Amino acid sequence: MSGASGQRPRKNPLLRTHVPLTPPAARSRIALRLTAAAARGRFELQVCRRCAHVQYPPREACERCLGLELDWKAERGAGELLAETTLHHSHEEYFRLRLPCRIGLVRLESGPTLVTFLRAGARGVGSRVLVAAHLDRAGQAVLVARAVGEQDSMAEDRALRELTCSARQRKILVTDGKSATGQALIRGLLQTGAELVWAGTAEPWKPAPGLDELARDPRVTPVPLDLTDSDSVRERVAQIGAKVDILINNAELHRPYGIGARYGVEVARAEMDLNYFGLLRLAQELAPVMRARSADAPASAVAWVNILSIYALSSFPAQGTFSASKAAAYSLSQCLRAELQRSGVRVMHVFPGPLDESWNEQLPGPKLSPEALARSVLGALEDGIEDVYPGDLAQEWLARWREDPKVLERELAAGG
Amino acid sequence: MKRHSAARTLQALIAGIARGGIRIVDLSHTLTPEFPPLVLPPELGQSWPFRVETISRYDERGPAWYWNNFSCGEHTGTHFDAPIHWVSGRNLPHNATDTVPLERLLAPACVIDCSREAAADADFLLTVDAVRAWEAEHGPIPPRSWLLMRTDWSKRTDPAAYQNLDEQGQHTPGPDAAVVRFLIEERDIIGFGTETIGTDAGQAAHLQPPYPCHSYMHGSGRYGLQCLTNLDLLPAQGAVLICPPLKIRQGSGSPLRVLALMAAEAP
Repeated sequence: MSGASGQRPRKNPLLRTHVPLTPPAARSRIALRLTAAAARGRFELQVCRRCAHVQYPPREACERCLGLELDWKAERGAGELLAETTLHHSHEEYFRLRLPCRIGLVRLESGPTLVTFLRAGARGVGSRVLVAAHLDRAGQAVLVARAVGEQDSMAEDRALRELTCSARQRKILVTDGKSATGQALIRGLLQTGAELVWAGTAEPWKPAPGLDELARDPRVTPVPLDLTDSDSVRERVAQIGAKVDILINNAELHRPYGIGARYGVEVARAEMDLNYFGLLRLAQELAPVMRARSADAPASAVAWVNILSIYALSSFPAQGTFSASKAAAYSLSQCLRAELQRSGVRVMHVFPGPLDESWNEQLPGPKLSPEALARSVLGALEDGIEDVYPGDLAQEWLARWREDPKVLERELAAGG
Repeated sequence: MKRHSAARTLQALIAGIARGGIRIVDLSHTLTPEFPPLVLPPELGQSWPFRVETISRYDERGPAWYWNNFSCGEHTGTHFDAPIHWVSGRNLPHNATDTVPLERLLAPACVIDCSREAAADADFLLTVDAVRAWEAEHGPIPPRSWLLMRTDWSKRTDPAAYQNLDEQGQHTPGPDAAVVRFLIEERDIIGFGTETIGTDAGQAAHLQPPYPCHSYMHGSGRYGLQCLTNLDLLPAQGAVLICPPLKIRQGSGSPLRVLALMAAEAP
């Protein structure tokens, strides 16, 4: 029933829009560690420090030796499919609408036996499979087994496609289509197979040659959008908000000043007005609309991506006011994530290190290219990850922050 | 003027307005967030564009009333430049918006039509010769008048066309250095007004001295008006401008309502 161009069929406007449902969301505190790892795209299990036993499900103590010292470690997920079955019935409203669905029993090489969802290629008792942890529509970790070498996107599987936020055949709003990162995102989105990309532009009098060229593609539509102007945000969301499946908020003002380097509050205020208040303005207008459409068909609102900065976690004093504005945006974005949790719209945080742009030209490398940032964002959307740390520097700073934020604070104060 | 006749003059003014003999023309743009602000190189401090945030609108934030907070720079939208705005005027007496002598805020206006030249050349510069040619037709510029440079630039409602920026910067018309000195030294004008952002031409950074209108006018205690509109409705001579800026302490300028009083055409 596709149109001549092979596009998704249009929504029947006489039918009621489905309301968002989510799978069971309750998890114990100890089990939330599984979710925390899945949010970063990792599968981790507890390993007992005393007897090296790997255990699942997560518990407060080792099930073998009752030791209390358990470390969460990366789990490769390689295992053997012991049993498989197809569910035709569920008491959970969420799953009732997504049946039949295949589940199986997998024994990991590292020891534990798990109940997992099965992707299409994982079949046959005794076959080798790989288990990964993904975030489900409630934002909690679920385990999915695929055949070794299986490549097909989860987007094709009716039960599992909700574990991905792929941009394919979706409509995306990029809040700043003029910047280098915006243009790289638009190019990447087109390659992924996005149906339509709105490229937000502020200050229409400033020329944007790269965007003008991208806009020749019929799938790209520049639209006026200034996140520092409440009227602009309201008008734009009223006009196109009900069609936005994925929001990528990459609009930012970045300047390299601390407190003493530049007298006056104007630059810091401008950074805050765009990086923090811009997010607030947009979220107030667009989040309710996306929440209502998170179970829409044929395409649903699935993700809200905020490009933050690794310096949201710990200030880079040479760019102290920028860091503070990103810290504010990070905190607000956590609030947004909580407010959208029940709807199933994934709020994604991206924490890049310094970007390769002119205001950073005095910083030594490594710096992140716009293309690398775009690849990271699009990959995370595909995999349904919600906390992304693109590039070596961001990964390094994340590891140090998790180890001890105080040590990182000192290191960044000394120049990083 | 005796008190009687002054009182009668004022009454005649009000009567003229009420009965239509005197028309009031609004030379100000409406303040909206979309109006293009002055943009400087990124490393310099920037002037705010106009922004509005609603406090309440007959709702739970304030049941019976509607009101807003707004923000903008002193040089946002249709605005007045005081001498203190430029380095050359920094030490003059009565040079800020709160100290400008009041009697200077009502003044006659001469309007010189450069709309054809500006349409043909966005970097058109007004010269002494052009002013003399205008005077030959319309009479000499009276002392303590505004000289308003009509270019119909206000009809460029597309913000990109209004700013007219390319890799060399802004391309908008304005006065050359010689005509500014002429208007000050030979004609004693009170101020220069334009329809563009800035009393100086878009490429005036490259004139000698740079930004001659700001430099000379403010350096001699005179004023500027920018982003004017409706100049095409004014006669070449005879209109009277009312343009008091906001009384900001040590203000360098402010957005304002510029009103022009003119004789209405005979019916």
